[in-house]
Amino acid sequence: MENHLITSIISATIICGTPLIIVAIGTLVAEKSGVLNLGAEGMMSVGAVAAFAVAFSGGSPLLAVLAGMAAGCAMSLLFGFLTLTMLANQVASGLALAIFGVGLSAFIGKPFESAPIGIVPPIPIPVLADIPVIGPALFNHQSLVYFSWLLVGAVIWFLYRSRWGLVLRAVGESPSAAHSVGYKVIALRYAAVAFGGAMAGVGGAFMSVYYTPLWAEGMVAGRGWIALALVVFATWRPLRVVLGAYLFGGVMISQLFVQGSGLKLDVPAQFLSALPYAATIIVLVVISRNANTIRLNSPVSLGQPFRADS
Amino acid sequence: MSYDHRRTRRLFTGLVAGLGIAASALADEPLKTCFLYSNPIGESGWTYQHELARKELVAAVGNKITTKFVENIAEGPDAERVIRNFVQEGCKVIFTPSFGFMEPTVKVARQAPNVIFLNGSGYKTASNLGVYNARYYEGRYLEGVLAGAMSKKGVVGYVGAFPIPEVLQGLNAFAQGMRSVNPNAQIKLIWVNAWYDPGKERDAASTLMKLGVDVMAYATSGVSIVTTAEEKGVYTLGYYSDVSKFGPKTNLTSIMHTWGPYYVKVIEDVLAGRWKSGNVVGGLREGMIRMAPLNAAVPADVRERFVRAERDLIEGKLHPFAGPVIDQDGKERVPAGKVLSVEELNSMNYLVQGIDGTVPKK
Repeated sequence: MENHLITSIISATIICGTPLIIVAIGTLVAEKSGVLNLGAEGMMSVGAVAAFAVAFSGGSPLLAVLAGMAAGCAMSLLFGFLTLTMLANQVASGLALAIFGVGLSAFIGKPFESAPIGIVPPIPIPVLADIPVIGPALFNHQSLVYFSWLLVGAVIWFLYRSRWGLVLRAVGESPSAAHSVGYKVIALRYAAVAFGGAMAGVGGAFMSVYYTPLWAEGMVAGRGWIALALVVFATWRPLRVVLGAYLFGGVMISQLFVQGSGLKLDVPAQFLSALPYAATIIVLVVISRNANTIRLNSPVSLGQPFRADS
Repeated sequence: MSYDHRRTRRLFTGLVAGLGIAASALADEPLKTCFLYSNPIGESGWTYQHELARKELVAAVGNKITTKFVENIAEGPDAERVIRNFVQEGCKVIFTPSFGFMEPTVKVARQAPNVIFLNGSGYKTASNLGVYNARYYEGRYLEGVLAGAMSKKGVVGYVGAFPIPEVLQGLNAFAQGMRSVNPNAQIKLIWVNAWYDPGKERDAASTLMKLGVDVMAYATSGVSIVTTAEEKGVYTLGYYSDVSKFGPKTNLTSIMHTWGPYYVKVIEDVLAGRWKSGNVVGGLREGMIRMAPLNAAVPADVRERFVRAERDLIEGKLHPFAGPVIDQDGKERVPAGKVLSVEELNSMNYLVQGIDGTVPKK
């Protein structure tokens, strides 16, 4: 029974953290190229509704995720056009994208409001899933959970082991230097922004097709904003993003288990709601308590427009 | 052309009103009735039920009124702006069904004495401002009866929204109903501190199921608790709307907020010139809440028990908070032979016996 409970908590924590990881890792790549896109909440919402529409119309979960990915990507390209081509302010454009995306998703989603769709079954990984306690907790999940792990691995390899990853980081640090040695700064930034948007769309698809599964206006419920904050608090390091996301999920889920077990907690209601946020922030701040770490890790040109001809 | 006509008529009615025979002249002008909704209408939930009632009103009163609604307006300064707009557009009756709309409604009502305002779930009244609400807890008691009868393990889950009196009334009435059938049954309680967050609601539901509950009720607006439970074959008891389509096999019944007959009555009273302000609170008897048809999974003897309790509530023979009501700490809140007063109901801040959880401080 004790084991069973621990299994449940770990398993629920991983599911809770998954959309945050996918969205935050996408955002991290975009920010590493020097582009600050605050529109994650909007891109997630549009991704969620697009994925749900496909799933509801009889598409497979994979097709639904691809639709969410395409929708998030399209939204981010709109942002890219405004900020990279038209050189609009990134912060303002990103905020506008967030608000626009939430509204647009509500509009598109009207016919799907609370329509039920089937559950996506978990896929147990052979052998590993049979390990007592941690087996079912770690290796019996829906496909997108495994995808989030592969994504993190791939992004770490790309950013720190591949030549193009080095170029991308160089573009984020010093776009004019990268430009002067012949790299197409704007094109690379477009690619990074598109990747960020695609991953936000996948995160949205996870919410509406895998997690709840339903479409309802406002169902992303701030997870896009949490993902954005995770990137900063993780000081742009992928593994810390994962740590932060699971920590957030873990505190959230444990808090529910503690309540459900009838433990007497004499604390204000608002404190319980704030706990996952507070815990995540505190731990990530402690990890990077040296102010220089944040300064040294943040891409130097983050948020600054770049004009190739200047 | 029709515009000119309307303007002429408005001018004419204005002149007639000036002569002091306004009532007769206004009678042939349809009564403009406006609704302010705090959420998107959607397919179930609080706002959806008010929208159903508006449609019922239109069907019942027909061309004697015109209606209009605005949805998804935040509680706060925005609400006041929209209500003010309603008045300027010529709305004669304005419904603002949300507790958070109370203060803006009071403010605008003071400045528009010729318009009738009706605020749902608030408590402040004026001569042109009435409030209305329902005894949701009567339905909760009935859901509790079902939970007590249908739970095999005697462990029932409840997902709370915020620990305010209305939610606590429902939760406690649910416990009273449950224990009337199964005196040893226990409720596992989780507060999610949100009215609406499908992801978090789903997590709370999964947590409760992992902790071994086999029946669940909730006070939040999403339907993800029902869909999650359906997936695992755990029974649910719905709220706001009939949510059986989200849990065809497992949703036992729902408490349906039913404002239609009340809205029709208000408008008929206004049209007949006999409307009076007041605080209207209705329950099962008045039809302001109704129970959705029971699921086929409910056996005949439980069904019978449910129907009997429902009838007794309607006839006033049964009160969910008839003494003895004992709280969690064993303190007697209502002695035998007494019934909880309205003031005590409205300030409820404790949990009754049988609930394995706490009231978080506000």
